[in-house]
Amino acid sequence: MAINEQASENQSPVIAQGLWKVSISPHVKSGESVEKIMWTVVACLAPPLVLSVFIFGIQTLIITAVSVASCVAVEAATQKALGRRLTIGDGSAVITGILIAFVLPPGVSPLLPVLGAVMAIALGKHLLGGIGYNIFNPALLARAFLLATFPVAMTSAWLPPLSDLAIFSYLGTPLDAVATATPLAMLKTQGLAAFTGQFGAGPNLYTNFFLGWRPGSIGETSGILLVLGGLYLLYRGYITWQIPVSMLATIALLSWCFGGEGWFGGDPLLAVLSGGALLGAFFMATDYVTSPTNKTSQLIYGLGIGAITVLIRLKGGYPEGVCYAILLMNPLTPVLDGFFKPKRFAPLQGGAK
Amino acid sequence: MTSLLTFPKGGVHPPASKSLTSGLAIEVMPVPDELEIILGQHIGAPCTPTVALKDEVREGGVIGEVTKGLGVPLHAPVAGTIKAFGMSGHPMRVSAPSITIQTNKEAPPAQYSRNDWQKLSREELLAKVHGAGIIGIGGAGFPSHVKLNPPPDNPVDTLILNGAECEPYITADHRQMLEQSREIVEGATVILKILGIHKCFIGIETNKPDAIKTMSEAAAAASTPEYTVVVQPLQVKYPQGSEKQLIQAITGRKVPGFALPSAVGVVVHNVSTARAIFEAVVLGKPLYEKVMTISGKGIARPANLLVKVGTRVRDIVAYLGGVTPALAKIVMGGPMMGFAVSSLDIPVTKTTSSVLFLAADEIDTTPHSQCIRCGWCLEACPMGLEPKEIALHVEAGRPQDTGQFGVFECFECGCCAYVCPAKRPLVQFIRLAKMKAKR
Repeated sequence: MAINEQASENQSPVIAQGLWKVSISPHVKSGESVEKIMWTVVACLAPPLVLSVFIFGIQTLIITAVSVASCVAVEAATQKALGRRLTIGDGSAVITGILIAFVLPPGVSPLLPVLGAVMAIALGKHLLGGIGYNIFNPALLARAFLLATFPVAMTSAWLPPLSDLAIFSYLGTPLDAVATATPLAMLKTQGLAAFTGQFGAGPNLYTNFFLGWRPGSIGETSGILLVLGGLYLLYRGYITWQIPVSMLATIALLSWCFGGEGWFGGDPLLAVLSGGALLGAFFMATDYVTSPTNKTSQLIYGLGIGAITVLIRLKGGYPEGVCYAILLMNPLTPVLDGFFKPKRFAPLQGGAK
Repeated sequence: MTSLLTFPKGGVHPPASKSLTSGLAIEVMPVPDELEIILGQHIGAPCTPTVALKDEVREGGVIGEVTKGLGVPLHAPVAGTIKAFGMSGHPMRVSAPSITIQTNKEAPPAQYSRNDWQKLSREELLAKVHGAGIIGIGGAGFPSHVKLNPPPDNPVDTLILNGAECEPYITADHRQMLEQSREIVEGATVILKILGIHKCFIGIETNKPDAIKTMSEAAAAASTPEYTVVVQPLQVKYPQGSEKQLIQAITGRKVPGFALPSAVGVVVHNVSTARAIFEAVVLGKPLYEKVMTISGKGIARPANLLVKVGTRVRDIVAYLGGVTPALAKIVMGGPMMGFAVSSLDIPVTKTTSSVLFLAADEIDTTPHSQCIRCGWCLEACPMGLEPKEIALHVEAGRPQDTGQFGVFECFECGCCAYVCPAKRPLVQFIRLAKMKAKR
């Protein structure tokens, strides 16, 4: 003790004022953060949103704005009610808001996403423990909920794409006057001839589908923008290739095998470009919380989503299957990650139970 | 195209931040008025003092001996008088018993001269290494004579000198390789002779091209038909300087869990330990000085210093002109694995390789949030563990169940916490799990 007292008497003027921080190593950390990841995803979702305004009109922006605002509001309200730290700034509720809007038909009431937000954020996320603990993808949970509660709106409020950038033309127009069907619905209920009559065939068909000029959910139609956004997330290292590639490859392969009139007569490219497959593959199936972390698990997870998607599309009651396929694979995430473990450098003998 | 060697799994690339000191020659710090020499410098039981209050000691004289178990003796870093036996601050153990020596400034510095070590037997060489108090001064503090005497059922064929220095900021080994390359390489030949083997690799990361060049020249000059010393350039990746990762990078061999490197026929020493072994055997000088890097934006003058063991951080700060107003955190050791301290009255030990004075913009103090299961920690972990699962189990009050995720294989390199976007203190969770889980 004498030593320490003497030392403090010798306190030299070299010591700075203020308290030093004392915390555990590592003292340096990478520049990545949850906020950065989430807002980058938001930025990747912005181009398809902007394009949707020119395809389906200004009401897509209104629906998305209502959806985002209600998700953020519900997150704040739930966190306050549960006495948890407010995390609305981390961008995850904003992503959920955008994604809920993206999977809605463009002709629905702008009040629909408010209900979706309550389902997704309050029930699907925070009552299960908040970010990191939800079992199901919140946005898809909202879609499934709305599909069950508003089946007519959710299956019929499809709008044909605008041809002359008249983005206000659908405002105030009765839905019955303009409503159409989605490509997969038409293919399923009316057959290939009707489909070709409506959407064309060959390069013209693929061009329209790739650019996004076709009926569909608000954010799912533009193949090129969704792929570009997904590639950017891959480049940043925010998502891995395993889930999107295995999911899309499975959809393409199984659709080619079983999707046509006979064996191997399906159109794999059409299968990937329609029914929200690209949006699901790059932005929903890759959701960190509800997808596996192990690479092998991810391949199987993507394969499972692809297989269930094709099964629902071809044999199920719905023309589109991505939403339910992801929701069905979500709860398998902990099972897959519990089964496939990283390769240990040198496990202790008997250490791994 | 030949790709540079490195370990295959995990690892991170933190900013090197070494340019603050990498160009500064090692500078001898004047001896302070008082030294506090901590009795437990090595892994094992602390030394028992062999001196009494008011005793006069000479520089290099023994002041502590190990009475039981693993350990090495302790030497007086200066000539002086034993002033007190007390407790000193310690970065890891909070406080530890120590001897305080009042420096005798009149005494001439001790002189050491070369002796003909080649004639000595293996046992005599080992005794010199033990007697000089040599421990692994790269950080672990494991007594070197034990490493040099591997169990007979594990035949050793390769010596690796660790010059990776993969921790950011630290340049002490880099400067020693530049300025004392011949001593390091001669130390390597001493070790080769003790082990009775013929091949030594010196692993250096390619961010130190000047050290690779200098050490290659020294290695070529010292290599004989009997002893080959080869510099092995390595890809820059943290934690390359970890023993298991370095062995895998250079030899491709994997040390099993809980086993020593000799299980795969390898012995690893830090380059600075090799220099200490050179001094102990060739010059007969015990280990009581330490080359350290003092760096960061929080110190007025960053430097590579040769200091006496027992020098207080306070004296180093005063010698280097004080701290700057930007100072936010003081770390003993590197920024990835070092310990933050709350006092300047902590003495330097044989294993302190740096003291960093970090400004607020050099550290990360973002509060942590919930795990989003991105899985980046699994990618970063060089041991193939699951840090996220360990942390989640600890948070859920189940630390005893973390053995299945390999918590005891973790050497706390901090890669997981470095990459975590939620800024979770994963190393802290893992330390807690190690305390509560059963082996």
